[in-house]
Amino acid sequence: MRMQPNAQFDGQPVSEEAAATAIELSEASVTFGRGDRAVPALSKTSLKIADGEFVALVGPSGCGKSTILRLVSGLVQPTSGVVIVGGREVAARALRVGMAFQNPTMLPWMTIERNIMLPLKIVEPFRSNFRKLRKTAFRDKANALLEQVGLKGFGSHFPWQLSGGMLQRANLCRALIHEPRMLLLDEPFGALDQFTREELWTILQNLWMTHKPTVLLVTHDLREAGFLASRICVMSARPGRILDDSRVEFARPRTVAMTFEPEFVALNQKLRAFIEDARGAAQQRAG
Amino acid sequence: MSAIYIRQKAWSAGLIVLFFVAWELFCLATGMSDLVLPRPSQVFVTLYQRFPVLWPHIVQTLATTMFGFVLGVALGVALGATIGVSKTAYDTCYPLLIGFSSIPKVAVVPIFVLWFGSGTVPAVLTALSICFFPIVVNIATGLATTEPELEDVLKALGASKFDILWNVGLPRTMPFFFASLKVAISYAFVGAVLSETVASNRGLGNVMMTASSNFNVPLVFASLFVLAALGVALYVVFSLIEGRVTGWATRKNDVIAT
Repeated sequence: MRMQPNAQFDGQPVSEEAAATAIELSEASVTFGRGDRAVPALSKTSLKIADGEFVALVGPSGCGKSTILRLVSGLVQPTSGVVIVGGREVAARALRVGMAFQNPTMLPWMTIERNIMLPLKIVEPFRSNFRKLRKTAFRDKANALLEQVGLKGFGSHFPWQLSGGMLQRANLCRALIHEPRMLLLDEPFGALDQFTREELWTILQNLWMTHKPTVLLVTHDLREAGFLASRICVMSARPGRILDDSRVEFARPRTVAMTFEPEFVALNQKLRAFIEDARGAAQQRAG
Repeated sequence: MSAIYIRQKAWSAGLIVLFFVAWELFCLATGMSDLVLPRPSQVFVTLYQRFPVLWPHIVQTLATTMFGFVLGVALGVALGATIGVSKTAYDTCYPLLIGFSSIPKVAVVPIFVLWFGSGTVPAVLTALSICFFPIVVNIATGLATTEPELEDVLKALGASKFDILWNVGLPRTMPFFFASLKVAISYAFVGAVLSETVASNRGLGNVMMTASSNFNVPLVFASLFVLAALGVALYVVFSLIEGRVTGWATRKNDVIAT
């Protein structure tokens, strides 16, 4: 199965009619627990993401960004409302989405190569051929991805021989190996230092431009959102809802230097203002 | 192997020998009767002289221990996996297991004898019942420590519970599993010998029982030495297997890809 390519990479919005809808949340809300203990995590949220779009979710911590991610991946069911992914309502089965978290969670007993091939062991149609192809085609596939993220030759290393940044690159490879239509990233670079983080932005941008998945990125870092995303959704404090939804029009491939240009800084300021308002509102409610 | 490594080992070996020498000297100096505490030299001489007689009993004890141990491992892994995966199973089985493991196994042997007659079967069952518990606990712990993020990644791929257990859960428990095997094998010896002491006419437990009622204390000690040696030997075997299988957990440089 091939992914639907995005029409262009210059950050221009893909017209609503032309692009198929990849993710659609309509009036979806999530409440954890019941009765007195109920914690609303996400208030009625509607969000439409086109195939091949790169959307960043930003907002104060604990605002339900990760909950949206878990809704889309089918790990959490909406308390009310509907979540449609790839034209079907989400039932927690076989979406074959790629996920990556802040913690790279490589399995310590496997080489990097075999760690990356793990999804192929689980997702069809690769699963049925895994025994046959794991030493040939699948291995080449893993190494091709490793080369793309600058880890050529590290396939036979064990996770503890790699640095945090290298592991996170391997993590991206693992999320992409089964050619998912959708990539869900939950603060993937949160634990990395500034320079490594910027390096990985570029790598992720390259990956997105070649593999063209729909990406939903949860992040705290506004520069990260601006650099990577073609669209940024700002969320309010818990229970979260979407306050602002804006397109990022900068041309691709973007460079780290661009993040210091006036327009980029202005975008950052605008987003920051939204989040500060949201935080302020939340504190007032709490106080 | 470095010179420091060899020197360290030589030191420990020397200290072990010194322990026996001190024991020997202590008995000689105090004029200790061999009815109370035989000298190590006496024990070794007895062991050498009586070895042909002891041999079938050694084989018997080793066989019942290993048999009980293997069954205990099978049961322990099955129970541990069930408990580790299912919350209901955990809540149901854990109190029962802790209760059962708190029962002194001496009290259980007569029941086994009542059910199966004296001899090999109660010895195997006692070994089993005493050695499976650490395995259950360790397997369950290993499964419980699977990273939730990784579980999410796999679930989002559509992985079944079995997929996760097979690819992530069980391999992750291996270091815990081997640690528990080393404990369990010595427990299995205790169980088998215990049962042989109470109700069997074969095995080292029975030999010790008979010998002590004849005041043949050196033979009792000779049997104890044999048991200790067997325990150490099996411990070493499992340590070696452990090093090969779960080297990744100790980050040795000679990790073997599994």
